[in-house]
Amino acid sequence: MASPIEQFEIKPIIPALGFTNSSLFMVGGVALIVGGLLYATRNRSVVPDRFQAGAEILHDFVAGTLTDAAGRDGMKFFPFVFSLFMFVLTLNLVGLIPGFFTVTSHIIVTFALAALVIGTVIVYGLMRHGTHFLGLFVPSGVPVWLLPFIVVIEIISFISRPISLSLRLFANMLAGHIALKVFGGFVVALGGAGALAVLAPLPLLMAVALTALEFLVAGLQAYVFTVLTCIYLNDAIHPGH
Amino acid sequence: MSGNGARDGRDETSGSAADGDLSGRLERLGAQLDAKRPSAEHGSSPGGQQSGQSSAIGLAFRLSAEFVAGVLAGGILGWLVDRLVGTAPWGLIVCLILGFAAGMLNLLRATGAVKPVRPNGR
Repeated sequence: MASPIEQFEIKPIIPALGFTNSSLFMVGGVALIVGGLLYATRNRSVVPDRFQAGAEILHDFVAGTLTDAAGRDGMKFFPFVFSLFMFVLTLNLVGLIPGFFTVTSHIIVTFALAALVIGTVIVYGLMRHGTHFLGLFVPSGVPVWLLPFIVVIEIISFISRPISLSLRLFANMLAGHIALKVFGGFVVALGGAGALAVLAPLPLLMAVALTALEFLVAGLQAYVFTVLTCIYLNDAIHPGH
Repeated sequence: MSGNGARDGRDETSGSAADGDLSGRLERLGAQLDAKRPSAEHGSSPGGQQSGQSSAIGLAFRLSAEFVAGVLAGGILGWLVDRLVGTAPWGLIVCLILGFAAGMLNLLRATGAVKPVRPNGR
């Protein structure tokens, strides 16, 4: 029986280029997103067909999330946030197809995305607000003798943001896929266990329920990632309000 | 009918620009959708317990990630300080403790027990 971890193995496809199955699925995911959106917007009618309606729902959903968290100014980051959301959502969902590789279950991928977000926040915040952006680390109404500690803690708390952002997505995807694989393995093990085979449908039912849950988690985590991105961008746009 | 009521409400609340108009309409639409959604969910899935359980798992993941991230960030920072300044092991020790505090702060902020640095704009 295959180990539950085996599905996360990185296999080189074109070793010379460092092109792995992970890269393949990332390229495939991007192609799927771009192709799907181009197909959805091919007619651009006032009364949308079903694909265009889907694309519009995605657009409005992300735009709504962004303006809720970061206000009207946040819309200049819309292309960035929308790309992130689509990338994470698509790769989460693609990973749920049996036999497919889940790119977002690798922490280096999610951390790269989170580092991109926090890098944008820092660069944009410093560019637009200069040193005022650093006021983010100095909460008001703190006694002076406590301030050095609080500032250091706030800075560590800030550094922990990309880590928690990436950790959450990674842990959810990893745990879900391992749980699915383990319950799938139970079905096989019980099926080959003589009289105990009558129990085999139980883990099968569990696997079915878990699959449904995983679809929920895939969407939810993409959403959570997007919401937190928007909240962090809000810090860059309006620091110290 | 509801459109009429909405229009009246708009006139009362604002003598404002198209911006406030649009956001007000979006808000109302959101409220209406929220009113619809839970009932639709209950209708489609008998597993109400399942969804409650999954949100609890989600909360657990979220909170643990916040805390672990704080400690990790402190550890990484301390390790880097030690490496660059050569104060091993004091940088790591101090920053781990501060990271623990930062993790706690993250945790309390995530649960809403401590208010965020500033009230979230909108």
